[in-house]
Amino acid sequence: MTENTPQTRTYRVLIGKPGLDGHDRGAKVIARALRDAGFEVIYSGLHQTPEMLVRTALQEDVDCIGLSILSGAHNTLMPEVVRLLAEENASDIFVFGGGIIPQDDIESLQQAGVRAIFTPGTSTTDVVKYLIDECAKRYA
Amino acid sequence: MKTSPPSNSLAARILAQDIRAAGRLMRWVDDNLPEAEAELAALYPHTGNAYFIGITGNPGAGKSTLVDALIKHLRAHNLRVGCVAIDPTSPFSGGAILGDRVRMQQHSLDRDVFIRSVATRGNLGGIARSTPAMVQILDAMGFDIIIIETIGVGQGEVDIVRLADTNVVVAVPGLGDDIQAEKAGLMEIANIFAVNKADLPGADRVVRELRTMLNLHDQKPDVATWRPPILKLSASHDQGVDALLTAILDHRAWLEEHGKKRDRERTRAEQFVRLIVKEKLEERLENASSSAEWQNTLDKLLNRTSTPHAAATELLAKIFGE
Repeated sequence: MTENTPQTRTYRVLIGKPGLDGHDRGAKVIARALRDAGFEVIYSGLHQTPEMLVRTALQEDVDCIGLSILSGAHNTLMPEVVRLLAEENASDIFVFGGGIIPQDDIESLQQAGVRAIFTPGTSTTDVVKYLIDECAKRYA
Repeated sequence: MKTSPPSNSLAARILAQDIRAAGRLMRWVDDNLPEAEAELAALYPHTGNAYFIGITGNPGAGKSTLVDALIKHLRAHNLRVGCVAIDPTSPFSGGAILGDRVRMQQHSLDRDVFIRSVATRGNLGGIARSTPAMVQILDAMGFDIIIIETIGVGQGEVDIVRLADTNVVVAVPGLGDDIQAEKAGLMEIANIFAVNKADLPGADRVVRELRTMLNLHDQKPDVATWRPPILKLSASHDQGVDALLTAILDHRAWLEEHGKKRDRERTRAEQFVRLIVKEKLEERLENASSSAEWQNTLDKLLNRTSTPHAAATELLAKIFGE
């Protein structure tokens, strides 16, 4: 719409809390860190189903979905979000996750298409840097 | 002039109810991509059927909860609802946390509801720069009702008046006094007052104050004047929301009866244009004032060898390429 403004994209991320656990502190800390890094963060609220999150992601046209799960249901919920995105032809939206996730599960989640898993102790700076790099690739 | 856009274009997919395409074009608009213009142009002939409701009021007044409840009632009437929910961009990082959806997620699986969160990205006036284009996209998709939820700064909510057909001002007990409402110009904006959280003490007082102020405002009511109803409700308990919907539909009927519906559409169309022009002028201003030459002018200003008016004339000449 403009003659000579450089094209800059504002990255958008959906931070979702699928499943039954109500521990949203981690999700909120990440949301805050991403906002401070210039992201537009859509926060879903608690108790979302994978279907709800995927529909939200499409309406909001986010670059990625971050799933915070502390209930232990990550092996079901995270691959389900990846699968539903594929079903909607939206596999370009990448999925990352955070929470109490055993080392043994991380590899299988990544094989199922989850781009990255951040476990307790990861600094928000590292998460932010990773996401900026991954989002930038989408527009390279 | 309803020509079909090329079948693989975003516009064509949007007209075919493709959610992803609609989300994507909204993003293009938000990110100011030049490609958006042609897509919007292809959609514009398909717009003009939706009814626009503006929801405004102080932060914490319960706007999102009210929108959520209102959507539920609109759906019960089988109306398809689009919603643009606006939250402020952080002036420090340019980022934003958009949390309006938290209160609206019960509708996220409903194909006949489309909710989009938008950040203001520096725009003042309660709405985002991209709001007009977003509502046009929803209108072209055939949503019957389009709700615009403003950021609710309480003051300077002017833009919304020119976009919406019915403006609902949400008030709550315990927030500011009547002078605040006057300052904000909310009295002139409201077609309907919704006193939310009416289960809290003080709701009746808010109703009384609003009534007194309304009386001051319209000294000689006549048939051609809409008198804003003041409704008590509790959105989180879904109490009084049906009455709010009735009032909205009454206002709509009133606009039609008095030939004012067309006026609103005209104002909205004009606003679409004005906002684009404003934006382009602002870009030119940014460009013109980023030159080295402009720095020299600023130096002259500081030395008192030029004046603000003289400098402005110089800048204007540059903006308009004289």
